[in-house]
Amino acid sequence: MNLTKYLKNRLEPSQGATGLKSTKRKILLMTHVVVGYPSLEANWKMLEAMGESDVDLVELQMPFSEPSADGPLFVKANQEALRNGIRWKDYFDLMQRASGKFDFPVLMMGYFNTAFAMGFENYCANIRKNGGEGFIIPDLPLEEYGDLFELSRKQELDPIMLCTPTNTDERLQKICAQGSGFIYCVARKGVTGKNTDLDQSANNFLQKCRGYTDLPLALGFGLSEPQDLRKLQGKSEIAIVGSALLKTWEAEGETGYRKHLMSLAAARE
Amino acid sequence: MPTQPITPDSSGYYGDYGGMFIPEILRTTFDELIAAFYKAKADPEFWQSYVEVMQNYSCRPTPVTPLENFAKSLGGKFQIFCKREDLNHTGAHKANNVMGQGLLVQRMGKQRVIAETGAGQHGVATATMAAKMGLECTIYMGSVDVERQRPNVFWMEQLGATVISVTEGTATLKDAINAAMRDWAESMETTHYVLGTTCGPHPFPEMVAWFQSIIGQESREQMLKINGKLPDRIYACVGGGSNASGIFLPFLDDNTVELVGVEAGGHGLESGEHAARFYGGTVGVAQGYKTYFFQDDEGQMMHTHSIAAGLDYIGVSPILSHLHDQKRIRFTAATDAAVISATKLLIRTEGIIPALESGHAFAAVVEEVPQIPDGTQVLINLSGRGDKDIFNIAEAIGDEKWQEFLKAKVMNQRN
Repeated sequence: MNLTKYLKNRLEPSQGATGLKSTKRKILLMTHVVVGYPSLEANWKMLEAMGESDVDLVELQMPFSEPSADGPLFVKANQEALRNGIRWKDYFDLMQRASGKFDFPVLMMGYFNTAFAMGFENYCANIRKNGGEGFIIPDLPLEEYGDLFELSRKQELDPIMLCTPTNTDERLQKICAQGSGFIYCVARKGVTGKNTDLDQSANNFLQKCRGYTDLPLALGFGLSEPQDLRKLQGKSEIAIVGSALLKTWEAEGETGYRKHLMSLAAARE
Repeated sequence: MPTQPITPDSSGYYGDYGGMFIPEILRTTFDELIAAFYKAKADPEFWQSYVEVMQNYSCRPTPVTPLENFAKSLGGKFQIFCKREDLNHTGAHKANNVMGQGLLVQRMGKQRVIAETGAGQHGVATATMAAKMGLECTIYMGSVDVERQRPNVFWMEQLGATVISVTEGTATLKDAINAAMRDWAESMETTHYVLGTTCGPHPFPEMVAWFQSIIGQESREQMLKINGKLPDRIYACVGGGSNASGIFLPFLDDNTVELVGVEAGGHGLESGEHAARFYGGTVGVAQGYKTYFFQDDEGQMMHTHSIAAGLDYIGVSPILSHLHDQKRIRFTAATDAAVISATKLLIRTEGIIPALESGHAFAAVVEEVPQIPDGTQVLINLSGRGDKDIFNIAEAIGDEKWQEFLKAKVMNQRN
């Protein structure tokens, strides 16, 4: 699949694209699952809810023992998932089931040591084989990609690059030049799971990124509520909600999770 | 100013190891740190100010002490010397790195420092530096280590530092590093992360090794003065690798000097309960750098064990990994039991109480006695003093009077 085209189509359904469930969306929603936490069964329920809400994009996180870019909730989730015995096979099995069953494209998200231990070629082959469309590696700067760019192209996968507000203009330009699929814009300093003020500085940052790429922009880190999505309409193409939904699952279970997810999905229009 | 016989390439690699695997949010901070460090490194006045601080505040140059009784008790016809890093202010070689980075922090104009700590030595050293230099200080320490090293926690807090007990993961050194990295990802504008060892992303391995190389620089001159020649072998314990890098690197080009790194053998290499990365480890990438890690076949880090908290770590300096592959440094491991026994021997024969970390280097010498040729001159890096280990050593030895003392103390507190 051409991920960029898919995303752009979802925002501006072209004439006659009646197959799309969506009406005209002003922003898209990407959600997140830490595979194996709280359990594979719970993950499936989350994915079913995402399917029903017609979420636009889903990242599946392969747990890692040293999740240094994640905040407390995802750190716990990574740790518990490993304690639940999650291995590569369990991860890819879920990826295959999800990509086979749901309409939304799935991305592999996880730390670099997984790709390194698997070998780049196997890493890309496994994602492709199990229906993934790309990957996000938060601790891999572009200088360290090596032949991972080339191997991902060979498998028609999009390596999703991350831009952050502390990057220099020169650096943003360099990252965006390597971008593929869409650009993941980190809304603020710090780690995942804390609230973000969608203030002028976030807008300025998005505008700056816009200057360096034609790819859709996704904003993540600290988004939780429907009004966050409404505020972002017209500023970024995708809103990423991760920790906030998991927090709801923990506090309110499946029913609360579905409600939260529906409210986010509704805020796209 | 010391020359560094080994430096990384422009991407921060020593051979295949090292690099900078950092989240993009910290890129600019690292670029600034690299620039500040290289500027300081090229400035003889900076090194001069470092040496002066270490002389005035931390008892440098630390002496080299001949260990005649210890050598005699081993029955060999060789000489043993030790470099007294235990005599540093705060009791370990950690002071070298910390004061050096403190001077760099002053140059960069930051007001706050954070650090991880395993044994607590680096935490105490950082808190001390922060007190001296008027900086705000937060120390991250695994909750398991907080348990093992309560006296150090007490002193850090007295020195004005906030100690945060890290409960995630295995609640040891590696988790404290993750927690410090997370703090830094938010606080980098005002804060410097004083990484305590020759690990982590570039430029930390190079920077910490540079400050620590003062150990080897002095040792070289001192051994030449005492014996008119260089030592034949040098032993140092290896956790992250900072004391070993410090004493080894200035001897790197001296091909007659055998360099021996001693890892934590824990309950024995067969038991799987150890922290010997060069025996049970494979190459991977975590905590910002590529090196030998104690990990499973899917790249998940495994539990390490050592009686010495400072050696209880999953990774090892990329500099040492490179020199391991080059076969310039030989690595061995000492078990907890061998360490206790060598530590007791050193205390009895020389009146020197080593840290359990340093005890590993002594244990390896004891173990290798049959293979040490007559006339050999051995230098051991005594990286820290053992006062902090009083609870652990007393427990390992099973000293009943100490147990009674502890009970009585607790009873008194309750009354």
